[in-house]
Amino acid sequence: MKLLKKARAGTLESGDIFVTVEPSDRLEITLESPVKEQYGEVILQTVHKLLDELGLESGLIVLSDQGALDCTIEARLTTALRRASDRGEDA
Amino acid sequence: MRRSLLFIPGNRPNMIQNGEVLPADALIFDLEDSVPAGDKDAARDLVAGALRALDFGSRECVVRINDLDTKEAKTDLDAMVRAGIHTIMVPKVRGAETIRSIASLLSDAEGAHGRQEGSTALIALLETAWGIENAMEVALASARVTGLALGGEDLSADLGCPRTKEGWEIFYSRARLVMAAKAAGIDALDTPFTDVHDFEGCERDALFARGLGFTGKLCISPFHLKAIHQAFAPSQEEIDRAAEVVRAMREGEKAGKGAVSLRGKMIDLPVVRQAERVLALAKAAGLLDDKELDHDPR
Repeated sequence: MKLLKKARAGTLESGDIFVTVEPSDRLEITLESPVKEQYGEVILQTVHKLLDELGLESGLIVLSDQGALDCTIEARLTTALRRASDRGEDA
Repeated sequence: MRRSLLFIPGNRPNMIQNGEVLPADALIFDLEDSVPAGDKDAARDLVAGALRALDFGSRECVVRINDLDTKEAKTDLDAMVRAGIHTIMVPKVRGAETIRSIASLLSDAEGAHGRQEGSTALIALLETAWGIENAMEVALASARVTGLALGGEDLSADLGCPRTKEGWEIFYSRARLVMAAKAAGIDALDTPFTDVHDFEGCERDALFARGLGFTGKLCISPFHLKAIHQAFAPSQEEIDRAAEVVRAMREGEKAGKGAVSLRGKMIDLPVVRQAERVLALAKAAGLLDDKELDHDPR
């Protein structure tokens, strides 16, 4: 997978996560979360696992977590990455 | 058991999570009307992920896909079958052809994702004049169809009449849908009551629907679940009568009788089936357990 443009998915509502991804020549992940101290590592593991599955090695990824479950994190990141790798209109 | 079928917007993670604890018989994750056009892909990812990861217990998981005429519908079907959905709700069904097209796409998706062919059920949402008039052929279009549901809001718009709480504008459609569903031996599911804050109105509406023969009701608010379950709970008199029928049948079977009578009247199969349904409803409402059924008060 290759990122072609900036894209977003998710919201800042409780239980959700707002994800922004954009192309870059390096991999950089920024996480903001009210539960970062307790669950930051777990969230980042979920993110890295998905990136590995998709074969994504570079990109800027910003995650604003609002207490999302793992399945929500995976879903929002999947959507944002698909939108960013789509050659169609900007999402 | 489909007394209550609760719609949950497919793009709201917190509401989807709540589905694990809400006392609905079925959850309908919506990819259609409650999801904006630009977020269809996001809702699909979210619902598919939730179906794989969350535990909705004994609740039937239903997904309302987008209209077959849109480019989203086929992608919805494939993603939901892959995620292990029980039942697909098909919106704006006009006739048997819509159901046959969906059934064919489902067979392809089931084959592609290693699921047994025919394992995904369908609920047809009838919400146009065409759909109502073709209710019977829709009900019989595929063995996958396990229920007909009424969409009263869109139907009223199609009929060009105001939607009222009394519901006389959809009376014919309700009766027609029930008749087709009963003839086909599948569930008849009533339209949602849309005033979220009117619990008494919802119970009245559900009681009216039950009186017409509906087996359950669609629902847009968790606050309506209690009212719907109360409306579909049988009375003590109905429970007693049904228990009597079932006991008489059991005794007849033990005695090796081919035909059974109760108080001088023959009990035939439709009567037994109705009695079993009443008892199932009573159990679901917490009004009966198996021990009570085994105990003969006579």
